[in-house]
Amino acid sequence: MSIKARSVSASYAAAHSKGYWLIHDSAVVAWRNLLQFYRNVEAIFFDAIQPIIFILLFAFVFGGAIDVGDSSYRSFLIPGIFVQTIAFAGAASSIGLNDDMAKGLIDRFRSLPMVAAAVLFGRAGSDLLRGVFTLIIMSFTGLAIGWRISGGFFEAVFAYLLLLGFGFSMIWIGALIGLSVSNPQVASTAGFAWLFPLTFVSNAFVPTQSMPDWLQVFAEWNPISSIVAAARILFGYPIDTSTGSFPMQHPILMSVIWIVVITAIFMPLAIRKFKVATSR
Amino acid sequence: MSLAVVAKDLSKTYGEVKALSGVDLEIPQGTILGLLGPNGAGKTTTVRILSTLLKPDSGTAEIAGVDILKDPAHAREIIGLSGQYAAVDENLTGRENLIMVGRLFRLPKKIAIEKSDQLLEKFNLTDAANRVVKTYSGGMRRRLDLASALIASPSVLILDEPTTGLDPRSRLLMWGIIRDLVKEGTTVLLTTQYLEEADQLADKIMVIDHGKVIAEGTASELKKQIGGERIEVKVPLAQVEKATEILSKIGSGPVLVAIDHLTVPVVGKGGSKIVDAVRALDSENITIEEIQLRQPTLDEVFLTLTGHVAQEVSA
Repeated sequence: MSIKARSVSASYAAAHSKGYWLIHDSAVVAWRNLLQFYRNVEAIFFDAIQPIIFILLFAFVFGGAIDVGDSSYRSFLIPGIFVQTIAFAGAASSIGLNDDMAKGLIDRFRSLPMVAAAVLFGRAGSDLLRGVFTLIIMSFTGLAIGWRISGGFFEAVFAYLLLLGFGFSMIWIGALIGLSVSNPQVASTAGFAWLFPLTFVSNAFVPTQSMPDWLQVFAEWNPISSIVAAARILFGYPIDTSTGSFPMQHPILMSVIWIVVITAIFMPLAIRKFKVATSR
Repeated sequence: MSLAVVAKDLSKTYGEVKALSGVDLEIPQGTILGLLGPNGAGKTTTVRILSTLLKPDSGTAEIAGVDILKDPAHAREIIGLSGQYAAVDENLTGRENLIMVGRLFRLPKKIAIEKSDQLLEKFNLTDAANRVVKTYSGGMRRRLDLASALIASPSVLILDEPTTGLDPRSRLLMWGIIRDLVKEGTTVLLTTQYLEEADQLADKIMVIDHGKVIAEGTASELKKQIGGERIEVKVPLAQVEKATEILSKIGSGPVLVAIDHLTVPVVGKGGSKIVDAVRALDSENITIEEIQLRQPTLDEVFLTLTGHVAQEVSA
């Protein structure tokens, strides 16, 4: 004979749909991640300072040496830095999730009747909000050194949305890496390692025409290049889309495709990995 | 009496290592089962399976009537887990930790907050409630972790080595809390490396080694099997032989001699046995340099039950 379970939460849980609970649980996890971030003054400081350093470094150190043709390097550069910094959101997710595993919090979450994927969606939500915070700081830094949005208002909004969409897709790659490696030290190296070649072998900092042919092909098909080119166009920086490979001719379309494809592949992989992840 | 936990034939293999092979366990409602064993014996694997964190290779398990393997989501609503691996968030305050877990247990926000404040009060954490957990002592963290597990009033509580690494005062406090919970009707599965802890808390003890149950029973049944408490005496080297002879008449088993330390198991009231020992030794003019009555160590239990010393297995 066994006794019937009585649970405080069962009736309340049954009163709402699964979708409601996914959003509810994700919001609770995101709230917790943001509280954690808010308490960590150093993290906020470096989150804010890093993009500023990058923008100033590239603008003033490389600005004179890199020739991008007719327009100033700064206007060319700023969208590139935006994309690079947003891509780095993926590394933050790797580190954050791995830290939760190392400290046993993932076990705590997995022992609760919450929607398992909410731990990842909550992470994506809070890391995306950090991305918004970073984009705001970068935009003001850019404006201060002479970057201007010369396109339309809606184009600019669309550019920001594309950047955040790209950040969202990169978070799932970062999550998969964070859940796959054994400890936070490895997570912080592995989380960043793949991002450097990806962001530098692209049109983010230099025109791809200066690269050897084979590298140029890689650079142009690199998702980063599509997003950067799309952001440049939408912010009103003139680029030539009449020649070159398909992605360089249709950067906005390709950006949307990349975001959807990367998310469609890595979101399910990360969720599946999470369900078997253990804290040891 | 109705059974709150019934598990049959649980097995789990990690690669080559058999972490668990055919463990059966039953816990009547409102009682504590103590799972006793060294590191790597299979305690944590059992805990992880019963708390739905790990799927066994074979076996069945029901908690409060819910098949935890077929319906883990439902099982999680009625199980509270706390222990060496379940954890609290260092960057949140104690109160925030509890509210977070309460909300993820699907408690309405208002109830989650009320319940958090009650538990903080109950576990002596009210003063520290709004401090980040980073500033907490080990004992406070464990109490907060236990409070997290209790926020949705689970009918079954799984405690994985709840006092490992705690100082004696925190350990006593934790024991008191666990006893109170059981009085209120909670069923507890407790793992421990300390015989004393199992003895103090558990209604029934299961000893496991290499993934198998090697002994089970009430504390007193088990003690009979392993020869009860131990009297340990230190005497001058010259008197060891004589003292051994005297102690062997009082003890329930052979006297173990290590240079000038003599250890002998005793059955029955240890207090009166130690008086007997002192009188007998004194009447033969043997100098007692030290004498103490103590619980057998885990090593002694294992030595008696298995013939080998408890080994640490990395698994």
